[in-house]
Amino acid sequence: MRWFWIDRYTEFESGQYATAIKNVSLAEDHLHDHFPAAPMMPNPLVIEGMAQTGGLLVAQHSDFVERVVLAKLARATFHFSAVPGDTLTYRMTIDDVHKDGAVVSGTSHVGQRLQAEAQMFFAHLPESRAGKSLFEPEGLLAMLKLLGVFDVGRDRDGNRLEVPSNLLETV
Amino acid sequence: MATKDEVFSKVQAALVDALGVDDDEVTPEAKLVGDLGAESIDFLDIVFRLEKAFDIKIPRGELFPEDILTSTEYVQNGRVTPEGLEKLQARMPFANLSAFAENPVVQDFGNLLTVEDMCRYVESKVAA
Repeated sequence: MRWFWIDRYTEFESGQYATAIKNVSLAEDHLHDHFPAAPMMPNPLVIEGMAQTGGLLVAQHSDFVERVVLAKLARATFHFSAVPGDTLTYRMTIDDVHKDGAVVSGTSHVGQRLQAEAQMFFAHLPESRAGKSLFEPEGLLAMLKLLGVFDVGRDRDGNRLEVPSNLLETV
Repeated sequence: MATKDEVFSKVQAALVDALGVDDDEVTPEAKLVGDLGAESIDFLDIVFRLEKAFDIKIPRGELFPEDILTSTEYVQNGRVTPEGLEKLQARMPFANLSAFAENPVVQDFGNLLTVEDMCRYVESKVAA
């Protein structure tokens, strides 16, 4: 299984907010493991999708130099379960960025219906706590391209988001 | 300038949001770790919320002096030395360290800070 919990970004406004979609399919194994004969998208994986949407947004804010990890889920509310056929739209907004991390909050919708709300806290891992980087630059760049970050991404001035030079140099 | 009550209610709101506790659990005497269940990552979350609520900057190590508590100079055999205690008290004038000083086992330090200490700390930052 590949650890992709969003299918692609539809908006990516640097330092501000991002929107990504996740299509829920009956073909996904994990839908069948939660409750027998009642396939549903497990809520923790909705959280993971929201965290991926927001985490890459936070990481892009430092041009992917900071090593960003989900440190804490401060609050999460679910209004109903997502089921096969649903398209989840995650919209995550950066509330605050500090030297040590960032606070991000957001929602999950199915159409116009609010499915979930969450606030999460990402930490910037200090050098002393881990190896040099969390991702190989090539792998990170490939993932960003797959998710459409550079197709829809905009910088603070509204210009198209460029691939950061520190990721390009290694390719 | 913020009154004591205003400081308390904003600190209380920050702790309710950060720790998922109820308003009435956040009393002045409540210990952040022992009574409210704060874990290490919560301290960073609390710092962020206090900075935002009061428009202040909280330098790393000021609320929770990790550097002193992990120093081989100030900690020996798991206990803070007399010099270390002086250093802690100088860094944390808002906290009452007298009970900790009687048996200064580093592991117990985390359970020292109360809501009232945090309010005193914020008041000193707001006044500065």
